[in-house]
Formats: sequence, C-alpha cells, structure tokens
Amino acid sequence: MKARVHVFYKDSVFDPQGNTLAQSLKRIGFARVTDVRVGKVIDIQLDNTSREDAKRDLQKMCEKLLANPVIESFKYELMGE
Amino acid sequence: MKAAVVTFPGSNCDDDCVFALEKLCQFEVDRLWHKETPSLDSYDLIVLPGGFSYGDYLRCGAIAALSPVIEKVKQFGGDGGIVLGICNGFQMLCEMGLLPGALAKNDHLNFVCKEVEVEVMTTDSPWTCKMGVGDKLALPIAHGDGRFVISEKDYEDLKRQGQIIFSYTVNPNGSAYGIAGICNQKKNILGLMPHPERATDLGSRDGMKIWKSLKHHLEEHRQ
Repeated sequence: MKARVHVFYKDSVFDPQGNTLAQSLKRIGFARVTDVRVGKVIDIQLDNTSREDAKRDLQKMCEKLLANPVIESFKYELMGE
Repeated sequence: MKAAVVTFPGSNCDDDCVFALEKLCQFEVDRLWHKETPSLDSYDLIVLPGGFSYGDYLRCGAIAALSPVIEKVKQFGGDGGIVLGICNGFQMLCEMGLLPGALAKNDHLNFVCKEVEVEVMTTDSPWTCKMGVGDKLALPIAHGDGRFVISEKDYEDLKRQGQIIFSYTVNPNGSAYGIAGICNQKKNILGLMPHPERATDLGSRDGMKIWKSLKHHLEEHRQ
C-alpha cells in the first residue's frame, strides 16, 4: 500500500518560504492570500498487510526521522482503497 | 590530549578541525568514519564537524544523527565526555536530542557566509574558561539553516542554567534571542553555528580562543 506523509513547520515557527510565496502571490494579483505554509510531501510504499499495522509504522517513522517534533508537525494518510 | 573528528558523507570542515587541533593545539587526532563504532574511551574530545552531511536531505543533520557512530557519541557525552558540534555538527546534536531546540531555515532564506561578531555569555564552560564575559569574537558563519528555534520554557532553562555560551551581537539569521551556541546542562556538550576552526591562522584568529580554552580545561581536569 502507499502512504503519504506531510511535514510542516509548526504554526509557532516562522516559515520564511511560505512568507516569501505569500508576498509573491499578492504581487501577481492574488490579493486575497493571507498566509502560505510550505511543507514536504513524502510518499512511502509499504508491504504491510494490515492498515493498522502500517499506521503504527508510519507514526514511528515520523517520530524517529521524518519530522523533528521541536519545530515540525506531521500527518500521514494511507492512499487508495 | 587525544581527539577524534568524525567524518560523515558530506562533511567539509573535518580537515580544518584536524588542522586546528593537531597543528595549532598539539592534540593527537584520529579521524573516524561515521560507520565506525570503536570505543571512544581513550578520547578527551569528540568533534562533529561542519558540512552538508547527506546533502542536507530531509533536515540538516537528521540522517547523520542516525549514523552508527552516533550511539557511541551519545554514550561518550552521557558519561561527561567533551563533545563539540560545529554548524552541521550543532544541527546533529539537536537532532540527536543531546541539545535542546532545533536549527531551521534562515529567516531571510539566504545562505549566509561572512564573519560575524559573537559575544561570550559565560566563562563557566570548557569552551570559554580562558575568556571574559562580554568578550567579542570575530568568527565566520556559513549556513542556510542556522536559525535557532527553542520553546519559551526551554529558553528559560537555558538562561537560568548558564547554557547560552555565545550570542550574536547582530542577529544574522533570525535565531531566537540571538543565540549562536549552547551547551547541555552538564556543560560537556557544545553546539555552535560559527566556525572556530576557520578562525585560526588566516584572517580572524579568535577561534583559537575557543580551542585554547578547551585545551586548558582538559589539562586542568585530566586525571
């Protein structure tokens, strides 16, 4: 099965890339943009047979490597089915 | 006096650290590859040098922090051994959880490569014992992800326990409270973004003040 992990700076951490994009979007005419956050998308193929088992693994992957809990938040989803 | 400098794939300041320690401070220096896991008991100092380990993939220092040698470094630091993380090494120490906080992308998004002025915040540390509080050092920085981020609570702890060792006089990257270098509570593990190994015999020599303090401390505390 395929999983998708999203990692973002926490809301409390300034995101300079998001800030820059927000300014650029406004400059090219999207005046209604109020905030942009830039994050990472990580797609992972797994051969777990149980979705629950896969979710447990994903939780651990995020905690141990994919996100830094000091500055980042994460979420993951199992794709399809 | 014996030191080990660890090289990761993408380290690029390891030679400068070896040069500073071996040629200028008369340390006996071993180079360790990050996949080696020898006993570190015979060393007085372990250096995690600057660079771009693993191409800064995912987060700076995150993958290096899982290298085989790291368990040994954690043990060594946990037993009170002196560990120094410079730039990418500082990022690793935070990723390893040996130092609080984290290093995020510079607030202006630019890679910043220049000499900055750093203030000594305490002399009660192996790294600054031969200096004075308020002394200013001219040290080079070179990083894209050097913005130190820390929670309010952890910052209060750092301040109260005298763990803030160096601060920038002019904040170059948006670091919280202008922090340039911190140590752990036991004061045996230091991480800093500026490069003392690049301020030894060309341009500023203020990096030598850190190396000399450290050597003095090690000589004083040798059994």
